[in-house]
Amino acid sequence: MKILVCISNVPDTTTKIRFKDNNSVFDTTGVQWIINPWDELALTRALELKETSGGAIEKVTVATVGLTGAEPTIRKALAIGADDAFRVDSDPVDAYFTAAQLAEVVKKEGYDLVFCGIESSDYNGGAVGGMLSEILGFASISSVSAVNYENGAFTFLREIDGGKETLSGNLPLVAIVQKGIAINPRIPNMRGIMNARSKPLVVIPAASTDNQTQYVNYELPPAKAKCKMVDAENMTELVHLLHTEAKVI
Amino acid sequence: MAVLVYTENWDGKFKKLSYELISYATKLAETLNTSVVALSIGNVDEAELRALGQYGASKVLAAKDGRLGSLENKAFASVIAQAAEKEQATVVVFAHNFTGKAVAPRVAVRLKAGLAAGVAGLPQSTDPFIVPKKAFNGSSFANLKINTPIRVLTLFQNSFGILEKPAEPTIESFEPTLNDSDFATSVKDVNKVTGKILLTDAEIVVSAGRGMKSPENWAPLEQLAETIGAALACSRPVSDEGWRPHEEHVGQTGKVIAPNLYFAVGISGAIQHVAGVSSSKFIVAINKDKDAPIFDTAAYGVIGDAMQVLPALTAAFKEFKASN
Ligand SMILES: Cc1cc2nc3c(=O)[nH]c(=O)nc-3n(C[C@H](O)[C@H](O)[C@H](O)COP(=O)(O)OP(=O)(O)OC[C@H]3O[C@@H](n4cnc5c(N)ncnc54)[C@H](O)[C@@H]3O)c2cc1C
Ligand SMILES: Nc1ncnc2c1ncn2[C@@H]1O[C@H](COP(=O)(O)O)[C@@H](O)[C@H]1O
Repeated sequence: MKILVCISNVPDTTTKIRFKDNNSVFDTTGVQWIINPWDELALTRALELKETSGGAIEKVTVATVGLTGAEPTIRKALAIGADDAFRVDSDPVDAYFTAAQLAEVVKKEGYDLVFCGIESSDYNGGAVGGMLSEILGFASISSVSAVNYENGAFTFLREIDGGKETLSGNLPLVAIVQKGIAINPRIPNMRGIMNARSKPLVVIPAASTDNQTQYVNYELPPAKAKCKMVDAENMTELVHLLHTEAKVI
Repeated sequence: MAVLVYTENWDGKFKKLSYELISYATKLAETLNTSVVALSIGNVDEAELRALGQYGASKVLAAKDGRLGSLENKAFASVIAQAAEKEQATVVVFAHNFTGKAVAPRVAVRLKAGLAAGVAGLPQSTDPFIVPKKAFNGSSFANLKINTPIRVLTLFQNSFGILEKPAEPTIESFEPTLNDSDFATSVKDVNKVTGKILLTDAEIVVSAGRGMKSPENWAPLEQLAETIGAALACSRPVSDEGWRPHEEHVGQTGKVIAPNLYFAVGISGAIQHVAGVSSSKFIVAINKDKDAPIFDTAAYGVIGDAMQVLPALTAAFKEFKASN
């Protein structure tokens, strides 16, 4: 059995978001790129599952759709412990395009379980995992906060409005994961970094599709008014303000 | 033509969120010169379905197939796409919640439609179709142009509001075709939280961070929450440490919420935390450090020790409630 983890390359979460060219382009100057946080957790969990599967899970592959700029991120995924990697050599034009490229990788290599994150932390697209499952005709389970493999079967914990459900699912399947799937992401060690250099990273050309969506421009939210300070000894005043000024009580 | 809205139910009932979706769709349908069709999946009684008319739905489709009792993404996507085709919908609207996020991308693929997830308002233009959505974790909005003739949107909760526009909807039973291959997962166990205000529904949220020092110190937060009918939330380290359950974690990697009022107690206000709460109408920060970054986002601030401020605040609310 083989697992694929889809990795998107995103700005570090502390990045100060700025735009240029009349707010039409995201300004990437000085941006540090990282593995999307959910994808990093998904990879961590996939590796744990492989290690404890008694050989049932043969390998964990990572794939990304991105230009050469995404290469350090995919190398980092290899250093964390992925066995091999694919990079589809194209800008991830939009969600459908990206999902269609990843679907080709899944079909070609025959993955049984695919992990995607619930969203990319840049555009918050929240689309690729679901689209990928539909293109492939696979089942999907979303908002997954735990995955286990026992006695030859996977179980998934899914968050729903106001609770949690435990599900079993027949493979092939796309699991769209959120927090909880792993607590701390694995950090590459020296050996991992050395090994990553010799692991296969296959670059494949993109298949063409139409682009369904495009970002036109961006807006920053209006500046917040200055915070009004209330004396800690005077909570009656705070309640009064919430009632008469904010009108939320 | 139509704007189709998927209205999820919770044990046979709709929520404020469902009415917000219909309100949004009604406004959008006016611009597109068309009408709103709501689709309900599961067992919902007639009066509840009819109530969707209150916000402008002119037709309600009710699919009651017994196999659709729990969320099977593939099957739900199939049902919704079939309804969209039947009604010739040019826009399909979902909530940006667990179900919407799970199903909308699949429906988009089926309908060859472009998707905008996390929509924050009405389109600025419908031809071309350009709609604002949240991006960069709430730090900005992106205007997304959708090039396809059908568009799928997931609407961010509390970003539009509820507008009444009474209509008498026709209620139609809907029987989509479903295949066994649409069902590949099964729910083994459900663990529902009962009797508590859900974080995603709450108008008021009391949230706390590492500044509380230990899980034993949550009582004053619980008392405040109970007094004002608030849900509880927390910062990531608090849930990572196991002080509070993961469902309460808000922020970039946790839940993204938009209540009317958010209390941030003993929370420094890291960018990843603020990402999950910046859409709140008002934020009140309680922190002992006057330079804590949370004060840059808050509307009201109190500098002090949470363990002293909280009981005083609860007392003030109680007094307010008694005299109002
Ligand atoms: C990829 C990534 C994703 C992340 N996602 C999230 C996320 O989704 N949500 C999230 O919350 N964090 C997230 N974080 C973590 C985030 O960066 C911060 O570390 C975290 O939010 C800090 O939590 P805190 O405010 O509870 O704790 P601290 O930063 O330790 O702040 C504690 C605050 O309490 C105050 N305080 C101390 N004692 C008292 C007292 N007695 N009374 C009143 N105030 C007191 C202090 O002045 C301080 O401001 C993420 C980090 C990364 C790298
Ligand atoms: N360019 C990409 N390459 C590979 N996987 C991606 C890419 N973009 C998104 N994904 C996957 O899809 C998930 C959701 O991303 P998005 O739909 O962009 O919010 C991510 O967490 C990744 O698992």
